[in-house]
Amino acid sequence: MSTAIAVVLFVAVTAYAVFGGADFGAGFWDLVAGGAERGERPREVIDHSIGPVWEANHVWLIFIFVVLWTGFPEAYASITLTLYVPLSLAAFGIVLRGSSFAFRKTVFKTRDRRNFGAAFAISSVVVPYCMGTVAGAIASGRVPAGGQAGDPWTSWINPVSIVAGLLAVAVAAYLAAVYLVWDSRRLDDAAMVSYFRRRAIGAAVVAGVVAFIGIFVLRAQARYVFDGMTARALPLVILSALCGTASLVLLIRDAQRGPRLLAIGAVASIVIGWGVAQWDYMLPTSLTVADAAAPTGTLQALLAATVLFALVVVPGFVLLYTLDQKSLLPGEGVD
Amino acid sequence: MGQWGEAFGVPFAFEGIFFFTEAIFISIYIYGWRRLSPWAHFWTGVPLPIVGVLGAASVVAANAWMNAPSGFTRNSSGDVVKVDPLKVIFNNAMPLMAAHMIVAAYVVGGFLVASIYAFAMLRGRRDHYHRVGFVIAFSVGAVAIPIQMGVGDSLARWVYNNQPVKFAAIELVPQTSSDVPETLFGHLNSNGTVSGGIPIPGLASWLSDPATGTSTVVQGLDTVPADDQPTTAEVNTVHLAWDVMVGLGTLMFLLALWYWACWIFRRDMPKSKVFLWLASAAGITAVLALEAGWVVSEVGRQPWIVYNFMKVEDAATANTGVWVTFILVTLLYIGLGTTTILILRQMARRFRRRGVDDEDVPYGPRGPAPAEVSEVEEPVTV
Repeated sequence: MSTAIAVVLFVAVTAYAVFGGADFGAGFWDLVAGGAERGERPREVIDHSIGPVWEANHVWLIFIFVVLWTGFPEAYASITLTLYVPLSLAAFGIVLRGSSFAFRKTVFKTRDRRNFGAAFAISSVVVPYCMGTVAGAIASGRVPAGGQAGDPWTSWINPVSIVAGLLAVAVAAYLAAVYLVWDSRRLDDAAMVSYFRRRAIGAAVVAGVVAFIGIFVLRAQARYVFDGMTARALPLVILSALCGTASLVLLIRDAQRGPRLLAIGAVASIVIGWGVAQWDYMLPTSLTVADAAAPTGTLQALLAATVLFALVVVPGFVLLYTLDQKSLLPGEGVD
Repeated sequence: MGQWGEAFGVPFAFEGIFFFTEAIFISIYIYGWRRLSPWAHFWTGVPLPIVGVLGAASVVAANAWMNAPSGFTRNSSGDVVKVDPLKVIFNNAMPLMAAHMIVAAYVVGGFLVASIYAFAMLRGRRDHYHRVGFVIAFSVGAVAIPIQMGVGDSLARWVYNNQPVKFAAIELVPQTSSDVPETLFGHLNSNGTVSGGIPIPGLASWLSDPATGTSTVVQGLDTVPADDQPTTAEVNTVHLAWDVMVGLGTLMFLLALWYWACWIFRRDMPKSKVFLWLASAAGITAVLALEAGWVVSEVGRQPWIVYNFMKVEDAATANTGVWVTFILVTLLYIGLGTTTILILRQMARRFRRRGVDDEDVPYGPRGPAPAEVSEVEEPVTV
């Protein structure tokens, strides 16, 4: 039973990486789009693209927290007590990001737009970085078991966390750029297609390089996860590398279909790979999934919630994305 | 956190699902406004009230569980070893608390929306659009408020039976006694006496159990050891919040009576300036009453966080950075609140100055100016 809930938890983490990640990445491209005039069109495309879906994308995070807290209370206590600094920073970023995004659309003065835009874009980079450092802290065994607090600073300021944070930002930017190529194509905007295509290629290369460096950092500092990645999870790591390379090739050849799914595949398989690599630990190497799990009654309730989720939320999501892809949900003010 | 998550978290898991569904459909509803056909758009809105009510019930269930913890078994070292999720969700306090909160949401939603139209009508915008906006919203609030008084009364009796110390704080009862007066305002002194206020003889006893009337015994704060009692300041906070909630609730009920009396006798909504001013104020009083109610519930449970199981001081984190976080969060939300008000004012100024281009901003008034529509006025049925 605890295994099933752990799988649910990791599926949610993967979904957040793929959907929420792309959303943060769009903010990254907003940040580096340049001055008010040069960056106007890319920012329009970004607004148009994430407008209808950004709110729903972030509910995954709430789902992850609730399942972790309820299903694995001891691990939740350890993680939040140890990593309250990056988690608080991420929470601030998320609040600031959503409100700035909404505010920016309602103001006219270039100065106001620039301020809200900057708050939106900077927090879009800070949040995935912080989330990455949290993942790095867990993977490298810096979160102690027993609902104890680890070191509040070195737990997330260390080589593994830094690489994981940078990887999260790079992957988010990569996913977003790939999605934005697709959205620009739907808008029949050839200039923006090539604009985001170049950036997708760049981000793919950067993400690949960071991931490559990450292998060595893991080997030095997170031995259990490294061993898992090179043994049990090796097929997933290879799959991720293949998907990433294939999507890069397709992007360079300007293929219309393919890069998007392959990019999702590359990101999803590496996140799942992390989970498989650190199995059967919740917190390597001090707390196993089975030991961390809540009593059976709670797990049954979570399983029931998951079934309800699959019956209610998933179709809702499909409807939302289908309507969005059919352009039936025009961004406010952009037609 | 680590100690109660397996029980306390269960209602949150379900709340998460309803919240998720709400986020999805509100996106579709808002963004689909212009492109979906009217009926398709209508149907995308239908899930919203359903998941809204279910989500509210789930999240209040978690809070109710803190008032009436149940559905778990602990071992000798105090760890939760067995959980019955249904008993956690449908704990003893949940049905009345959830009902009280959901009806409160309709009171606030109705009166708050109506207050905006009432204020606009005072400024001379007495067209069809504003009238319909007012009548629909105010009717929701005016139906909800009498229901709320009944639900609130039942909940108060539940508190009398199950959380006697909270009830003693509400009614300012230092020592167990019968024939307890209902004290309006007033305060508890640190030496355990009550001063000030207007006592209505025997009313608190009578309301607690009308069957036994004024001879009903109300437990005092002194029935539990001093360590388990709320402090004097907390008692006074609870009592004042209670007076605010019940007082404002009663005033809104009287306003609703005025409204319905007008419909019954004159077949029209009241249009006098006094009524519209009061209706404008009702939006704010509804929010105040709601907040005061939560103060009663939360401060009244002190010093417990999980009633009779865990005190707040034992639940709080030992991290020293808590104050920093608290101050930063407060500043962040002050900043966001101020910005929201400034932006709303800016939008209003812009609409006034040069009308609204639909493409400019979201949520601007759409279509022709309401005054032009008022020629095709239809009778409004409630």
